Amino acid sequence: MTRVRYQDQTIELVPDQTVLDALLAQGIEVPFSCRNGTCQTCLMRATEGNPPEESQKDLSPALKLRNHFMACVCRPTEDLTVTLPAEGEATLTAVVSHLEPLNADILCVDLLVDAPFDYRAGQFLTLLKADSLGRSYSLASVPGLNTHLELHIRRLPEGRISGWVHDELRVGQEVTIRGPGGNCFYLPGQPEQPLLLIGTGSGLAPLYGILRDALRQGHTGLIRLYHGSRSAEGLYLKNELRELAGLHPNLEYIPCLSGEAVPEGHAPGRADDFALTENTDLKGWRVFLCGHPDMVQQAQIRAYLAGASLQEIHADAFHVERHPFDKSEPGPDEGTQS
Amino acid sequence: MTDSTQATQDESLYAQLGGEPAVNAAVDIFYRKVIADPRINTFFFGVDMAKQAAKQKAFLTMAFGGPHNYTGMDMRRGHARLVEMGLTDRHFDAVLEHLGNTLRELGVAEPLVKQVNDIAESTRTDVLGR
Repeated sequence: MTRVRYQDQTIELVPDQTVLDALLAQGIEVPFSCRNGTCQTCLMRATEGNPPEESQKDLSPALKLRNHFMACVCRPTEDLTVTLPAEGEATLTAVVSHLEPLNADILCVDLLVDAPFDYRAGQFLTLLKADSLGRSYSLASVPGLNTHLELHIRRLPEGRISGWVHDELRVGQEVTIRGPGGNCFYLPGQPEQPLLLIGTGSGLAPLYGILRDALRQGHTGLIRLYHGSRSAEGLYLKNELRELAGLHPNLEYIPCLSGEAVPEGHAPGRADDFALTENTDLKGWRVFLCGHPDMVQQAQIRAYLAGASLQEIHADAFHVERHPFDKSEPGPDEGTQS
Repeated sequence: MTDSTQATQDESLYAQLGGEPAVNAAVDIFYRKVIADPRINTFFFGVDMAKQAAKQKAFLTMAFGGPHNYTGMDMRRGHARLVEMGLTDRHFDAVLEHLGNTLRELGVAEPLVKQVNDIAESTRTDVLGR
């Protein structure tokens, strides 16, 4: 007999019962719709045990890797501990090890954790100021390359967390983090596949992690990074990226400026516009989009209509002023910034 | 009538259309049409587009006469938010139009297109919450 653990309850499954039916029978309300393993509304995640293969049909490789499954067709063959996708992350203490402004608005925050923190470059963690006050920030660091966790935190007007980070955080200070979350990261396999990376503002953080992770894992295909800002002062890590592009002939770095002044060495226009005008056939490409939600939404549609498969489009929309614990907000796939 | 024609006639709509591989091919064409159509695409946007496409697959599986567990209540509940956003017959018609054209593009014969259309049509009052 297999058991399913959810929060503080342990449920014994009757033969052939699905996880969804077992949860519903206990009066536990989880979202579902088609009950047929297709619509993915009932997506959950196993934090212990492996969900059966048929419950992961058609899920993206990133979701499969993180043990997501569809509860409505999940008939477990072993005990599972399950959570809704956004729950079930570990909470741990980190120490600020380094602080450095990347430009006028964005601060690089390095953190050290003593407990193992199993993440992939491009995922996000939630930085907590108090139990109920936190914001999610993408990870620019790369496991295996960096020992610290690196965040790029933009100061927002009246941002309760970003203001605190910019004004009060000091090296040596202890902070609480939760995570990691998110499915916007590089997966090995198909090292020759071209990658298109588009980011605005601090949306460079996950992309900086993802592209270095791809290079570290021996990605040989073309990697095109478009980083956009209104003015040249809004861009950052320019020297590091140019240097990296010099070392790796398959990496192209294209800084884009949407404002009026466009100094030499920069592309004119919004990063997504410029990138998707230059790259019109994205069949077979892997696409990463990070930053402003409108940009991410529009670029996602354009990339899809340009031939990219939805499984190959990884999007991370930075919702400003969004509370990560607010359950009314959309699913686990977005980082949040404030 | 030979045995083989008999078999063909008895075969379910879903099997005649080609089952799940046919649904996958149709979803790819259908969802691109929907997303490119300014009349209706706002109803189909969502940050997680892969999840949106999965919903379309669930819908097409049902319209193809395939295995599904949707009830009229599910359809109502699932579309209530869209009805609040202003979903009307006009939008429903546009979706049916894309569905029909998708099938024609895949070379599906007209009688089968009509059957699919009829199944999709049967969900209209539930989808529109009437």
